[in-house]
Amino acid sequence: MTTSSSEQGVSLGMPQLPAPAYPDDVRARLEADGREIIARYPDSRSALLPLLHLVQAEEGHVTRTGQQFCADLLELTTAEVAAVATFYSMYRRRPSGDYQVGVCTNTLCAVMGGDAIFESLQEHLGVGNGETTDDGKVTLEHIECNAACDFAPVVMVNWEFFDNQTPASARRLVDDLRTGAPVEPTRGAPMCTFKETARILAGFPDERPGAVGASGGAGPASLVGLRLARGETAPARVVHPRGSGAPQDQSPTEHLSSHDAPQDTSASDPAHPAGPVAEEGE
Amino acid sequence: MTLAPELKDHSPEKLLAPVLSAFWDEDESWTLDTYRRHEGYEGLRKALAMSPDDLIAYVKDSGLRGRGGAGFPTGMKWQFIPQGDGKPHYLVVNADESEPGTCKDIPLLFANPHSLIEGIVIACYAIRSSHAFIYLRGEVVPVLRRLHEAVREAYAAGYLGENILGSGLDLQLTVHAGAGAYICGEETALLDSLEGRRGQPRLRPPFPAVAGLYACPTVVNNVESIASVPAILQKGKEWFRSMGSEKSPGFTLYSLSGHVTSPGQYEAPLGITLRQLLDMSGGMRAGHRLKFWTPGGSSTPMFTDEHLDVPLDYEGVGAAGSMLGTKALQCFDETTCVVRAVTRWTEFYAHESCGKCTPCREGTYWLVQLLRDIEAGKGAMSDLDKLNDIADNINGKSFCALGDGAASPIFSSLKYFREEYEEHITGRGCPFDPAKSTAWADRTEVNA
Repeated sequence: MTTSSSEQGVSLGMPQLPAPAYPDDVRARLEADGREIIARYPDSRSALLPLLHLVQAEEGHVTRTGQQFCADLLELTTAEVAAVATFYSMYRRRPSGDYQVGVCTNTLCAVMGGDAIFESLQEHLGVGNGETTDDGKVTLEHIECNAACDFAPVVMVNWEFFDNQTPASARRLVDDLRTGAPVEPTRGAPMCTFKETARILAGFPDERPGAVGASGGAGPASLVGLRLARGETAPARVVHPRGSGAPQDQSPTEHLSSHDAPQDTSASDPAHPAGPVAEEGE
Repeated sequence: MTLAPELKDHSPEKLLAPVLSAFWDEDESWTLDTYRRHEGYEGLRKALAMSPDDLIAYVKDSGLRGRGGAGFPTGMKWQFIPQGDGKPHYLVVNADESEPGTCKDIPLLFANPHSLIEGIVIACYAIRSSHAFIYLRGEVVPVLRRLHEAVREAYAAGYLGENILGSGLDLQLTVHAGAGAYICGEETALLDSLEGRRGQPRLRPPFPAVAGLYACPTVVNNVESIASVPAILQKGKEWFRSMGSEKSPGFTLYSLSGHVTSPGQYEAPLGITLRQLLDMSGGMRAGHRLKFWTPGGSSTPMFTDEHLDVPLDYEGVGAAGSMLGTKALQCFDETTCVVRAVTRWTEFYAHESCGKCTPCREGTYWLVQLLRDIEAGKGAMSDLDKLNDIADNINGKSFCALGDGAASPIFSSLKYFREEYEEHITGRGCPFDPAKSTAWADRTEVNA
């Protein structure tokens, strides 16, 4: 089930041979991008974090080749680069899926249901924390607080927000990701792959038309106080469209996973007629 | 003719004060066009008409204090930058919002990124900086997209770049995405990270104002602090001081989350109480009562329902034994196991401890071992004193505030809920059913 790499093994014998270089054309392309990144900073070393995002955009994880490339460009040792690459949790050190599904299990999300969602996804996908499905699509992880507590429980896919999730909605989400059905976050742009996300993180803007404006100005929870201040009557269930006011006859072809409305959607799913409570139950 | 005054005084219209969030519900709220329709970049024009020193004095007089947790006066931070020293000066905006429970800067930047950019230009004019950085945590790509776009728009409109609005000010702004490390929210660790190193805190002094980024004078400010500056310039310091208290003036974003009817962002004058916020927003979720809450994220000692009337400003929360922090009001009801909550926070601190200093690195590790045992019903009564002892050896003895933060939930939960810990030990397990705490626990009827 798990992707693995011998790179992770600890060798106590012969020192590792130097990492193989990128092919010339790849190197030339990355070097042009790299110079652009370096030019943003008064001191070249500041470019190291974005450069690591850049090599991750190339290969899907930070390889020894990628580290060597960063070291060459910044005139650092590979040890200096490796020290940084291994410190930060967003750099992967082994091949992983196209979609990184992160379930927040910090206290608030965990209590609100993040633990149940994470457990359910592990069972549904047959993988553990940090592991990737056989088809190479989904890498499952639990993540720390992602600054969206008013939308708890939160799931992130390639660092786009999927707010107000339940076990059922999260399962549908990963199913859609695996079958290639279009998936849209509650806050963020239509899904791109992990590599494409890494390129944005390296500081290259998302050029897809409409990507910046996708999903509107602010999420519903962000507007609760503003609406009250304007004298609009209390919540009107702005916060949770999944509440009892939500339509029950929603078309199942409507990519339910992209909505934060798991309650009514689970009723529309013939395989899960009972909703999360009965399912997750004792 | 006369409205019932009591009613009016407790109405949300009276108690809330949307400033930064005032137009978040507009279509395309994040664009320059929308921002300009709401007096965007007008504060900058007023600022550029002052001398930099007068501007610093003005922000200082407004009483604006840092919104990132510590509450240090923003204008004073700017004043500490030595002038005429011949070195480049830098402004670094801390957008690494990662404190558990904290969720204000991310929605602010998503809906209204230009308020930050305008604040940055004003601040850089004041401290004579020609290069600013936004250090955004990497895990929020939707926000990164909008920052990229807002910066592009600001350059195109002449609010960034050379000779801004004809003032002679040149300013370059770099958006820098982090790579996942809570410790980088600590300002000196953030600077190390921005220099391309492991994010580990630095010994102080020297403080960043003297030797910060690239050993040059540097101001590090929180997103909300800087984003509040344009409104102060535009509407005036007297207007700003008309809200909040003498020592904690102004407006701020309160983030309500957890077992409440209406989680979300509430922008209000400093000093509002949790009771007022809950009263106007539907209270705790139906049929449940408040058990414990944090005033400003997991690193601030927790409160209980005894503290509903504590004024949520720097002095009020401090006097009640906690800290205002980031105003992240995480509310938990009676279905929540406090041992589970504290164990999970402690696992977070252990995971995020950078490893530089021994008390934090080792202490958080051992706290986790003890707490996991207690939660699983394998603890001994003596473990409770041991918890307290270890937390005491971390608190105030660590290199940076991460250690103090790790100790806070331990001390405060033992203070208010020691019996619940004992129950886990004597009962050989957790008496709570986690299924009852979930967001969907009470929603069976919907699908019935």
